[in-house]
Amino acid sequence: MLEPSFEISPQPLRPQSLRKRLEDPGAGGVVTFEGWVRNLNEGKPVIALEYEVYDELAVKEGQRILQEALDRWELKAVHAVHRSGKLVVGDCAVWVGVAAGHRAQAFEACRAIIDELKQRVPIWKKEYYEDGETDWLRGAG
Amino acid sequence: MSNGGKQVQVGYFAVLREDRGLGAENVVTQAQTLGSLYEELKLAHGLRLRVDQLKFALNDEFVNADHQLKNGDHVVFIPPVAGG
Repeated sequence: MLEPSFEISPQPLRPQSLRKRLEDPGAGGVVTFEGWVRNLNEGKPVIALEYEVYDELAVKEGQRILQEALDRWELKAVHAVHRSGKLVVGDCAVWVGVAAGHRAQAFEACRAIIDELKQRVPIWKKEYYEDGETDWLRGAG
Repeated sequence: MSNGGKQVQVGYFAVLREDRGLGAENVVTQAQTLGSLYEELKLAHGLRLRVDQLKFALNDEFVNADHQLKNGDHVVFIPPVAGG
């Protein structure tokens, strides 16, 4: 029985080591998604951002999302991690990895997981702009 | 508590935490529901979000705005999320 594993990490995400958790002899396809901090949002130059997380509920809701993917697709492994704290341009903010017997399940499940994570997990993003201003983003961004 | 007042623990995140100037506090309230507790605190502290923009957590689980409030509850107001 596969256990869903969603984590919040205050430390930098290392995709090369995260992907090892997906290894499974029955896996014929692996899809991973990395969300990176971009230098521009709605035309404003971004220099850094900060994620604030309601840890207890974020972990519960993230686990539920991964469990829903396990219930819907035949997966060999699934894992996701979201950063907390302050990040700079180029940092990995969120990582989702899915291994499945065949590529179709892996692509579909990975896409569904990142979409649901962005909409449902209680995490907030504050952007720091080049001009010194800051802003809390609203809605999936 | 007299007059049916309840003592509850309230948690704020992100824009609401900044508006309130703190992340958590104990509140004594006459409010019957989580939504009416938010209206009360919005008025008292000038919280900028409308009640219909929020989600609500009670004891670390999502509940609706019309959920009944009990003495000792831990309430968190959840602004629109923006992970990823």
